Amino acid sequence: MTNALSQEAPASRDKLAEKMSVRNLDFFYGETRALKSVSVPLYANQATAFIGPSGCGKSTLLRVLNRMYDLYPRQRAEGEVLLDGENILNPKQDINALRARVGMVFQKPTPFPMSIYDNIAFGVRLYEKLGKADMDERVEKALRGAAIWDEVKDKLNASGLSLSGGQQQRLCIARTVAIQPEVILFDEPCSALDPISTAKVEELIDEMRRDYTIAIVTHNMQQAVRVSQYTAFMYLGEMVEFDDTDKIFTAPKERRTQDYITGRFG
Amino acid sequence: MSALQAARKTRSAVAMGLCVASAGVGLIALAFILAALFWNGFSGLNLKVFTEMTPPPGSAGGLLNAIVGSLIMTFFGVLIGAPLGMFAGTYMAEYGRNSKLTTVVRFINDILLSAPSIVIGLFVYEITVVQMGHFSAIAGSIALAFLVVPVVVRTTEDMLNLVPGSLREAATALGLPRSLVIRHVAYKAARAGLITGLLLAVARVSGETAPLLFTALNNQFWSTKLDAPMASLPVVIFQFALSPYKEWQQLAWAGALLITLAVLALSITARVLGAQRTSK
Repeated sequence: MTNALSQEAPASRDKLAEKMSVRNLDFFYGETRALKSVSVPLYANQATAFIGPSGCGKSTLLRVLNRMYDLYPRQRAEGEVLLDGENILNPKQDINALRARVGMVFQKPTPFPMSIYDNIAFGVRLYEKLGKADMDERVEKALRGAAIWDEVKDKLNASGLSLSGGQQQRLCIARTVAIQPEVILFDEPCSALDPISTAKVEELIDEMRRDYTIAIVTHNMQQAVRVSQYTAFMYLGEMVEFDDTDKIFTAPKERRTQDYITGRFG
Repeated sequence: MSALQAARKTRSAVAMGLCVASAGVGLIALAFILAALFWNGFSGLNLKVFTEMTPPPGSAGGLLNAIVGSLIMTFFGVLIGAPLGMFAGTYMAEYGRNSKLTTVVRFINDILLSAPSIVIGLFVYEITVVQMGHFSAIAGSIALAFLVVPVVVRTTEDMLNLVPGSLREAATALGLPRSLVIRHVAYKAARAGLITGLLLAVARVSGETAPLLFTALNNQFWSTKLDAPMASLPVVIFQFALSPYKEWQQLAWAGALLITLAVLALSITARVLGAQRTSK
């Protein structure tokens, strides 16, 4: 269903701008080195999928891109992560401003314990003073953007927790979109969803590429094929191979990539 | 049935019997206490209890000044103690989850939680009554605040710890600074639990006698002055119940019934709120 969109030939790579670039990134949980000199680009307005067996470091990498790891003591990153050319690992980086530009959608839907409307408006209020009418418009736009408007437009005052899992996840996407980020990180966004909800979210991700740069961690290789233009295969904390999604899944250069995508290990 | 199974069944029956018997002893004792309280309390309960002051020996009267005194001191005790407890509990659950200070505070808080209230009464007597030179309602409120703090610290920390980390991460991912994550997301998610803790703290202090005995003392007359001695239900009950006068003893029963009903109402409210939290 979404194949038609994502299978278009990716633009020639050297014409693409690198929205984010990870360069020689090392990451440590205490003494454990979870990422080993990882380098990878995120091209502007393209979706990049990160695949690999559990524990390979793909989620860790994602959590560096918005510095989510800062919440926890004894976790640190070394190397460079550039966003529009500026290193976000710089200690002077305003982390909250960074997170406003680099949004994140999590594995499990996490609606806030407030109304559907406030779930969206809450984040917006943080950055902009909008009148009632403008806020209504922004909320509607965000909910439309996450393909959930028709399902919730009559119960905007109901609790976000009253929605189904798939709807909650789309609400979380709407919440992320509402503050108008530039990059959106998806950490296995469909692993807690049924196939129908998954299809909706995948379709959504594919459309969102027009406005945002997207990184998605997934265990589902069909999903990577469906939604991404580029794919990075990681293994044991190393970036094994990065290429056009087509090439990774049809003619991988590395033996380990081939073994993984054909199911020989992982 | 094999011998092994038979032996296991016997052991199970014995253990079960002991459990039921223990529960029975506790319940029967409670039933007797409540029966005596209701029997004696209701017969003394009338409109005068709520409209008249505590009487001199040998004459009729009510408990109005004691009821109002209890309400005032409980209110100020919670007003002082609850924010302190909330802030401390918030530090422990949110900012200092892994810090050494949290472990130390939690340990000391547990001691404070189980400290005999008479010790707290004496302590507050030393730091307020002795300094001011006289007993006062404010001293009573401070003593009650010392009892409120540990209860609120404990429930605040526990309730915030129950808020899933994923919710905090989600809020953080929107670019919210820590303080807003706590105020707008963590507190909201833990709201029912936090209110429950507050109600339990109120229930805990509303029946305390010892801390007030040394601080607010008592007052036979109507007084709402915070820097003067003030009557309270527990102290009046203590004094009247030990007296040889029939009218006083009757009022003591009525007062005891009032406190019990108030605490019961608070506990039920706390339970209902707690149940709402878990069912969500």
